Amino acid sequence: MNGSMEFLLWVKGPLFTIAMVIFAIGLLARLLEIFLLGRAPNYAEARAGEWLPGLRTMIARTVADPGTFKRAPFNVVVGWLWHIGFLIALLLFIPHIELFKGVLGLYWPGLPNPIVDLATGVTLVALVATLVHRMTHPVKRRISTTEDYLVWTVVFMVVLTGYLAYHRLVEPYPLALGMHILSAELLLVLLPFTKLTHIFTAFIARWYNGAAFGRKGVQS
Amino acid sequence: MAARETPDKTLGESLRDIGLSRRGFLKFCAATASMMALPPSMAPAIAAALEQARRPSVIWLSFQECTGCTESLTRSHSPSVEELIFDFISLDYHHTLQAAAGEAAEAARLQAMEANRGEYLVIVDGSIPGPDANPGFSTVAGHSNYDILMETVEHAAAVIAVGTCAAFGGLPQAKPNPTGAMSVMDLVKDKPVINVSGCPPIPMVITGVLAHYLTFGRLPELDAYHRPMAFYGQSIHDRCYRRPFYDKGLFADSFDDEGAKLGWCLYRLGCKGPTTFNACATMRWNAGTSWPIESGHPCLGCSEPSFWDGGGFYEPVSVPIGTSTTTLLEAAAVGAVAGAGIATVARKGKKDAVKTRQPVTIEELEQKL
Repeated sequence: MNGSMEFLLWVKGPLFTIAMVIFAIGLLARLLEIFLLGRAPNYAEARAGEWLPGLRTMIARTVADPGTFKRAPFNVVVGWLWHIGFLIALLLFIPHIELFKGVLGLYWPGLPNPIVDLATGVTLVALVATLVHRMTHPVKRRISTTEDYLVWTVVFMVVLTGYLAYHRLVEPYPLALGMHILSAELLLVLLPFTKLTHIFTAFIARWYNGAAFGRKGVQS
Repeated sequence: MAARETPDKTLGESLRDIGLSRRGFLKFCAATASMMALPPSMAPAIAAALEQARRPSVIWLSFQECTGCTESLTRSHSPSVEELIFDFISLDYHHTLQAAAGEAAEAARLQAMEANRGEYLVIVDGSIPGPDANPGFSTVAGHSNYDILMETVEHAAAVIAVGTCAAFGGLPQAKPNPTGAMSVMDLVKDKPVINVSGCPPIPMVITGVLAHYLTFGRLPELDAYHRPMAFYGQSIHDRCYRRPFYDKGLFADSFDDEGAKLGWCLYRLGCKGPTTFNACATMRWNAGTSWPIESGHPCLGCSEPSFWDGGGFYEPVSVPIGTSTTTLLEAAAVGAVAGAGIATVARKGKKDAVKTRQPVTIEELEQKL
């Protein structure tokens, strides 16, 4: 490899395949491990259904209740901001949709680039704010582990390199795009083995909790 | 074609001999200055330098190539002053253009090398089977391309690799590279090598590089791939007239849809403009008539290394190369089996724990404390 183009073709080619294979193996192993672990049979008579309360809790725990908002407004507002921004950039940027189409065969309509760009900008600022908050808030600081900082760094790098590549702020462009793809690959590889797994498990867990409470006839 | 020594006449004298006016000459110098992204104030300096310049001897070597580069050059803006400048180098050896054949042709090359030792320019088009490859893949007059190249560049002032094959290996080097094709840059390490990539390169870029050499007596500023910055400094995407459509998110989805008819961005149809550095968008082709994207076709990225192996021509830049859905499904299946295995072990561990569970009383715990 002696140039930026070779670097780009390497990260777009063999390295991407390796990252996707690790991601697919890791994610399925983690999910199956959780699903097949088994739960203790509940012999009590069900007081209500499971599905509806489960689905309701999936929403209820996503939208913060007034109490949570009052206690931690920063977490709610900034958390929402960057999650939504990240999802817009990931799922509605046309080149990303082409990537999904190329690999999975699934595609959907995208958004004009300036809107995605705005969302990315907001995400970047919000992510920096979360780091500052994490490092200055006494409780957050104490409970933060190396993994938390690692996960933050990887997510931030993906968004930052994407922003730099889109605005062509790093020359030559193949290097900028290559850095972005490499960051995304790092995220894919780490995803199944860190807290990032919540991307796939958070809603399952919320449903599970809601369903368990629902069966008991308790509000959750 | 007899090989000649560097002629005594300067370029200025030669130009006057064929009746080029002073005005026409200065116009050419101004065009050259702007083409090479030099300030307009440089035009008189270029004129003065070119006036005094001697025609350099040029040896053009053709190896594993398709003659497309020569075809491109000979169709350059004809008739134009760019073409004229080619009359003012001494092209002493060129397979396609020379009249001589056989022994006489080879003799012309050797004679030009001898007469202009250390001063001649070598232009190469086509890739070269490397020193470890079978030399029989490509020979000229019974000699391997590699031997001819090494012999010719030994006393050259500089080497200009014209076309992507000479610059980066191009089509012959595409996987599986049966001929062990290599680029000039891979083989020539002790001479200045300048790459004028493209399949083919824009004719004015070739003449521009020569004009720069005649003017300044040295090669122009180069990028990481040894390409002249003046022509390869910006990407097709950054100079594309369809760029506003990319920014707005307006794309053609097929070659005959409404977007294509309205001239929207060709990113989704595989345009490699974002990763391609060349001057097509500004200099255009066929005397400035048009260029691929203006004709409705995505850029193939022909001036970049590995462009034949850089993913399908009609796959967008963001699509990975060689990752198949099947590979992913296989990996997922392996993951599922692994997950099931881990879960089974965990369940067994849980059962065993229940079986061997030994209740502990509070008193016992307190004693341990």
